[in-house]
This record gives sequence, structure tokens and C-alpha cells, in this order.
Amino acid sequence: MIHSSALGGEILIDCQSLWKIFGHNTRAALEAVTRRGATKADVLRDFNCVVGVSDVSLQLRRGEIFCIMGLSGSGKSTLIRLLNRLIDPSDGRVIVKGQDISTMDAARLRQVRARDIGMVFQSVALLPNRTVLENTGFGLEVQGIGKAERDRAALAALEKVGLSQWTDRYPSELSGGMQQRVGLARALTSDPEIILMDEPFSALDPLIRRQLQDEFRQLTKQLGKSAVFITHDLDEAIRIGDRIAIMTDGAIIQTGTAEEIILNPADQYVADFVAGISRLHLVKAHSVMIPVQDYLRTHPASEISALPHASADADMEALIGLISSGDRDAVAVQDGGRLTGIVTIRNLLLGLSDKPGRLERVA
Amino acid sequence: MNPTSIRISPGAWLAPAVEWLNGNFHAGFSFISGMVEAGLSAVEALLLALPPWAMIPAAALAALAALGWRMGLLVLGCLGFGFLVGLWEATMQTIALVTVAVIVAVAIAFPLGILAARRPRVEAALRPILDIMQTVPPWVYLIPAVMIFSLGRVPAIMATIVYGIPPMLRLTTLAFRQVPADLKELGLATGAPPRAILFKIEIPSARPTLLVGLNQCILLSLAMVVLAGLVGAGGLGAEVTRGLTRMEMGLGLRAGLAIVAVALLMDRVTRSALQRGQGPKRTPA
Repeated sequence: MIHSSALGGEILIDCQSLWKIFGHNTRAALEAVTRRGATKADVLRDFNCVVGVSDVSLQLRRGEIFCIMGLSGSGKSTLIRLLNRLIDPSDGRVIVKGQDISTMDAARLRQVRARDIGMVFQSVALLPNRTVLENTGFGLEVQGIGKAERDRAALAALEKVGLSQWTDRYPSELSGGMQQRVGLARALTSDPEIILMDEPFSALDPLIRRQLQDEFRQLTKQLGKSAVFITHDLDEAIRIGDRIAIMTDGAIIQTGTAEEIILNPADQYVADFVAGISRLHLVKAHSVMIPVQDYLRTHPASEISALPHASADADMEALIGLISSGDRDAVAVQDGGRLTGIVTIRNLLLGLSDKPGRLERVA
Repeated sequence: MNPTSIRISPGAWLAPAVEWLNGNFHAGFSFISGMVEAGLSAVEALLLALPPWAMIPAAALAALAALGWRMGLLVLGCLGFGFLVGLWEATMQTIALVTVAVIVAVAIAFPLGILAARRPRVEAALRPILDIMQTVPPWVYLIPAVMIFSLGRVPAIMATIVYGIPPMLRLTTLAFRQVPADLKELGLATGAPPRAILFKIEIPSARPTLLVGLNQCILLSLAMVVLAGLVGAGGLGAEVTRGLTRMEMGLGLRAGLAIVAVALLMDRVTRSALQRGQGPKRTPA
């Protein structure tokens, strides 16, 4: 996961303390929560309102894939619908490419949805009485774009997802994986910068899901799109996301790269979540290395120039390979030819361990 | 006070209300009457423009070309039957009455049904009215219709329209409620204007249920049009009435069978016409 490149990008979606409360008396409920610190249970009891999304702020930067991971009922589907205002927020602002969509009139909002934000649904939502090509061009069709032009754009999008041979088929003739590819092609046809993915691969079988995850990531990067990707599967979030936000009970409890979250879980909930995840490819040398002086203090006799060396982004798997293939018990970490730290076998083992906190003792 | 003397009599205030309407809105009613009469005459003139020996094959050929050989045969059989039992003109009059009544009923029920599907309050307000409309015996409708429009085809058609509205309206509401939420969401998320969502998403996916509604509307209208023979609507209903009042078994039976033929014709032809261009038959995925 390359995270550093994503951090500098321009902000495409900026959510500022978003709230969504469902029910009739949302205004009073909101006030009770924000001013008087009422809990979700209080709100449900006193106002008969349900807190869907609570005080969420997040930024989607240009070129990144931002995963929101949460279990069912965590409010992630509500959150993604706040991003294109399929659901109106109770409070807070959503700024898409510099424009506040929460105050936009219907016509402008339609324009933003049509041009800037594509969306892919868990249920795919293909129209059964239209061919693959007609489904793919639907977004352009409702914008009043001529048939020749939209067919051309739809065909180009179908080529990108590898379905250009299937244009005249109907959705019912396609497998689940192919249907979701059509869904993705449809979102790409109007060439939006932002794609919202609402658990698109959850209903697919594991092999197809992995394949589509890889294809999606590759395609998004290749086309320079940015995406918000909702999932209930941490493995999926790690595979796809440049950054991951963990959501529970309507709130985001941690945002960061997969490595950051795994090495420093914000609380026990996150720690339990990431416990079973393999660190081999996620934890990198720069996270487990110790300063050169510390190493020299404990190993005064060691000759650093004789150690095998790796880059700061080398993962645990690579470090294990380096150590096990030679007779040295440490690896020198270099960043652009400069020595930045040392990874010992002890550091390596701690980096692979899933008990949080141990690494802090190393650093 | 003797409890047996307590009476509720809605007619006691309804009848004056109808009379009042009649007195004060006479111009309006005669305008409506004129419109209906004109529309009806136009449809009837069209249907009777050709003599039966030309009309029947022409209609059958048109159905054959547009809807396939089965429908062609059906049209030939049903219209041919009406002609052979000597009720050609009455059959055409009945078809004209039903056509006009159904067009007006759908024009009223369809938008109202959509509105009811979108606004629960509208539905709540309409529900008891529809209940009453559907449970009151149909010939009771004829009374106010006759009071306002006097005897003839116009009160018949008015009563038929009122009778045809509830099934169409109810099934329209149901059809729009059943449109999958994810498809509507798709429309919103792609920035489709409301018109496009209505015509490209909602109506296509509501179509099967809408067809059932239209079908019900047609068949109930036909039943009512026949009944309206009592108030001088003409057509096959008049023949049935004549058969009944004169105890002419033969005439009653011929007219009755001709009605069955018309029902078959209208039901199958509309169904087949509206199902065309529906896309593929669904294959199990």
C-alpha cells in the first residue's frame, strides 16, 4: 500500500462533522446529543430517534481509494449516501470539489451527481429490460446525450471492464461478477472524478471478489479516479484501500493506512478487529526499525556495512527473506542510499506479533 | 322515542345536493356531456366506417401484422362472431363505450395512483373513497348519473368511468410501490431528472402490475357498460335488456355470447399489445 503519495493530493470530498439522525424530532435529538451529550440510547428513548451517523469528518483526496470499514448497522451505508446527498444530513457539511452540496438546489445537485460522482451499488441495480450497453449508457441518456455519443462512451467503459463482447445481452444473462462489472462500467461512463462504491463485491463468491478487487484497484489507479469504498470486510479494505476508516455505531473511530491501524489500533474494538490479519505484507521496515545508535549500543562489535540492506518500504516478508538467506541477524534500512535504521530479528518478530503495544516498547 | 323510528337517510341530503349541482352547474355538465358525446361518436364512427365484411378482415390483418397470428385469429373469431349473430352494430357501440370510458378512467386513475404511491396522506384519504366506490353495487351509480345527465350514453359512460377508476388507481399505487428502491436510488445517484426516473425506471418496472390494473379496468368497464343498457346506453347492453324485458331467450343468449367475445377480444389484445417490447423473457440466472 503506497500511502505517502495519497496524503498530498487535493481534497475532493470534505465532510465536516456530519450527523444523520433518523426520526421525527431530529432537531431536538441533535441538540440533545451535541449540547448535552446524550447517548444513542437516550436519544432513542427520549426522542424515538436513531442516530445513523454521528459527527463524522473525513477527506477524500485526489487519486486515493478511501475505504470505510464497518459491520452491518455501523452507519456506513448511510454515510456514503450523505456524500452525494441521497440522504440529507441532519447537520454538518459535505463539500464536493469546493462546492457545498448540502445547500445546493435540486438542479445543481443533479449536475454534480451526473458529472462528478459515480456510484456502484451492492445490488448492482441494473435495469432488467435494457441491454448491457443501454444500462451502461444510462447516466448519459438521462442527461440527454445523443445515442451515438453515449453508445461510444458506454462501449469504451465496457472495454475497460472487459465486457465489450456482451453489449447486446440482458442483465439476466450475466453472472453476478459480470453484472457488477457492468455496474462499474456504468459509473465510469460519464467519467466522474469520484466513485462511490457501496459494498459492491459483498454478494460475490470469494474468488470472483478477489479478482474484482484487484481489477478495481488497478483500474481506479490507471484512470486516476478517486473512490470511497464501503465494506464490511477488513481484508477487502486492506487489499483495496490507500486509507481505511473504521466505523462503529455511526462514528469513525480510526482513520489511517492499513499499517497504521494494525500497528496502533485506536481502541480495543479496532485491536480485536485487526487481530487476525497477517502482518507479513502490511508492516514495513520503517515501522519496526530502531535507530542505528541503539543497535550499536547493544551490538558494539557488529559491522553495519556488512549487513544486508532493504528499503524503508520493504515488508516483513522481504526482511525475513534477507535475514534467513544470510548469516547476519539484522538488516540495515536505507532510504535513498542513506542509512536510516536497523531491523533486528527481535524487531521483526514484534512486528509480526498481533499484540498491540509491544512495538511501542521497541521504538 | 321509539328506536324503530330512527333512520339514517343519506339520500335525503345527497339527492338535494345532486339537484343543486344540476341547477347550478348545468352549463358545466352540458359541456362535459357534449365532450363525451363527441368523443364517443368519433370512436363509434371510426369503428363503423367500414362495412363489417371489410372491417373484420382489416382488423384481423392489422392484429396479425402487429401482434402475430394468434391475435389475428382471435380478432377474426371474436368480431366475426358479433357479425354472425347479427349484433355487429351493437358490438361496435359497446367497444366504443368501453374504449372511451377506459381512456378517461386511466387518465384520472393513473396520475392519482402515482400521487398516492408517493404521498401516504393522499393514499390514506383516497382509500375509504375507493372502498366505497368498489363496494356500492354498480347500478346505484347510475342513479346520480341519470339525475345529472339524463338517459342515454353519457350517464352510462360516467358511471362506467367511476366504476373503472378504483382498480386502476389501486394497482397503479401498488405498482409504483413495488419499484425496487435500489433502482430509484440509481436514478437519483446518476442525476436523472424526475421525469427520466418516472419514464425510464419507474414505469418500465411497474409495467406488469400496471397491465393487470388496465386489464381489470377494461373488464369491469365492460361489465358496467352492459349493465348501463338499463339507462339507454345502447350497444350489447341494450340487447341484453331487451332480451330480459321481452323474455327473449335467443336474443339474450346471442347478446351475452357477443359480450363474452368482446371481453376476450379487449382483454387479450390489450395485454398482448402492451407486453410487446418488454425485453427478454427472464432466464433463470
